[in-house]
Amino acid sequence: MPDLEDLYREIILDHYRNPRNRGELDSPPATRAEGFNPLCGDEVIVYVQLADGVIDDIKFGGQGCSISQASSSMMSAIVKGRTTEELHRLNRAFKSMMSIEPDPDDPAPVNGSGADIKLGDLEALKGVVKFPVRIKCATLSWHTLIQAVEEAQATA
Amino acid sequence: MALDPATIRDDFPIMCRQVHGRRLVYLDSAATSHKPRPVIDAVTDYYERFNSNVHRGSYQLAVEATEALEQARAKVAQFIGASQDSEIVFAKNATEAINLVARTWGRANLGPGDPVVITELEHHANIVPWHMLTAEQGIELRWIPIRSDGHLDLTDLDRLLDGARLLSVAAVSNVLGTINPIRQLADAAHEAGALMMVDASQYTPHLPTDVAEMGADFVAFTGHKMCGPTGIGVLWAKSELLEAMPPFLGGGEMILNVTKEGFSTAAVPWKFEAGTPPIAEAVGLGAAVDYLTGLGMEQVREHEVALTGYALRTLNQRYGDDIIIHGPTEPAERGGVLSFEYKGIHPHDVAQVLDRSAVCVRAGHHCAKPLMRVLGCSATSRASMYVYNDESDVDALADALADADAFFIE
Repeated sequence: MPDLEDLYREIILDHYRNPRNRGELDSPPATRAEGFNPLCGDEVIVYVQLADGVIDDIKFGGQGCSISQASSSMMSAIVKGRTTEELHRLNRAFKSMMSIEPDPDDPAPVNGSGADIKLGDLEALKGVVKFPVRIKCATLSWHTLIQAVEEAQATA
Repeated sequence: MALDPATIRDDFPIMCRQVHGRRLVYLDSAATSHKPRPVIDAVTDYYERFNSNVHRGSYQLAVEATEALEQARAKVAQFIGASQDSEIVFAKNATEAINLVARTWGRANLGPGDPVVITELEHHANIVPWHMLTAEQGIELRWIPIRSDGHLDLTDLDRLLDGARLLSVAAVSNVLGTINPIRQLADAAHEAGALMMVDASQYTPHLPTDVAEMGADFVAFTGHKMCGPTGIGVLWAKSELLEAMPPFLGGGEMILNVTKEGFSTAAVPWKFEAGTPPIAEAVGLGAAVDYLTGLGMEQVREHEVALTGYALRTLNQRYGDDIIIHGPTEPAERGGVLSFEYKGIHPHDVAQVLDRSAVCVRAGHHCAKPLMRVLGCSATSRASMYVYNDESDVDALADALADADAFFIE
């Protein structure tokens, strides 16, 4: 079996123990979205505040395992201050790292394959791929953030 | 005579396999049990020797297949103390059996405002079908609460049952292990003019089942948790109820006659078994019933009580306040299902670490989200035991649990 050390890298455990951007934003003006993993009951709540196409602020809450919490924390840190276009490229790059085929409905720009994107701390989640059941734990917050951004844009 | 799990393990071919180079420590029988050799052989034998469709061919194979299916029905009937074989309806699983009652009896008998009473410890299979009837027919869903010790809080039972049409309760909680006072509940339901349904999915595999003693009107359970194959479940109901209920799915097998103008239904129980039934699975379930009868259900239960007691003592002594085991503390009041929280580490992470030692436990909400909310957690780890488990499995769990500290405890 793959080593558990590949899954529980120190940087992941650090984000789990000391999550960045955990909390709430007033919604409105922020947009709130909930994501569920029906398999395990994990719930993530993402609050996002957009300003001129930029993620001005982001917070997350909910309950989940170390992978889902660390992934939420890392995601919030990397997307803050980015444009929504960059977010979609990051999302695509992250999903690709998780061995998930690009969604044909992905609103990411055609030139945004994501290959040139630096994932930073998120790279530490690469080991999750060796534990296929946990991939959903890692991607839940991303699905939820994309949903929140789409809702924010739809109501803008 | 007490069960000997070491001998029993020899009956289960999967127990020979290794996981990550280690002996399999399977503690997830509340999700599904393993299958003994006689069950596997019965299914193979069916396909190899008399596979054919039932209730329609006049040739020898078809006669044998039909006999095998009906023999399985008779075995199940005897196993649960049914007074007639025709009270046994084969379904896909317990979920389908409960849905069958909701869709047929429920649709025919329930209307706006009619109360159906369930409990906070139900599996989603005994919640969602009633939510669906709430949406479609406006029934009123009432909940019997649970106490902090994992038992039902029956203080307000009379009020909850006032005007109720149906009380539907799990005999054993798949999360807490609580054994509910089914007879008492059935008597109270009947006194209030309601029918009683029992979700026996976690009961029938582990305790001697007698539907008459339960006082139930409907009992649902599944085959794969009691050594049988997947894809076969059972609804038992009193004959007069089955006779009066409209059919479930429409199609072949369930009809007496079909014309361009309409149809008439077959006799009970076939009225509820549209299409080619899960024949091999039913035959396998018959073999499972024989196997469990051979072990003796009294002995199965005695083993469970003893092993549950050992598990509670071992885990509590070793981990003290670091472990919270939900549900009743008395082994005699519970099944061998231990839902626990360990040092605040998320159950997914606990289960992942245990897997490294080939210890299989379930992590999650166990299809009981309303109960999880009452317990104040989003998930638990759950170790559940059966006839092939012994103290060494509990020890393996207790040992492997400590491995989680290295990752999650600073």
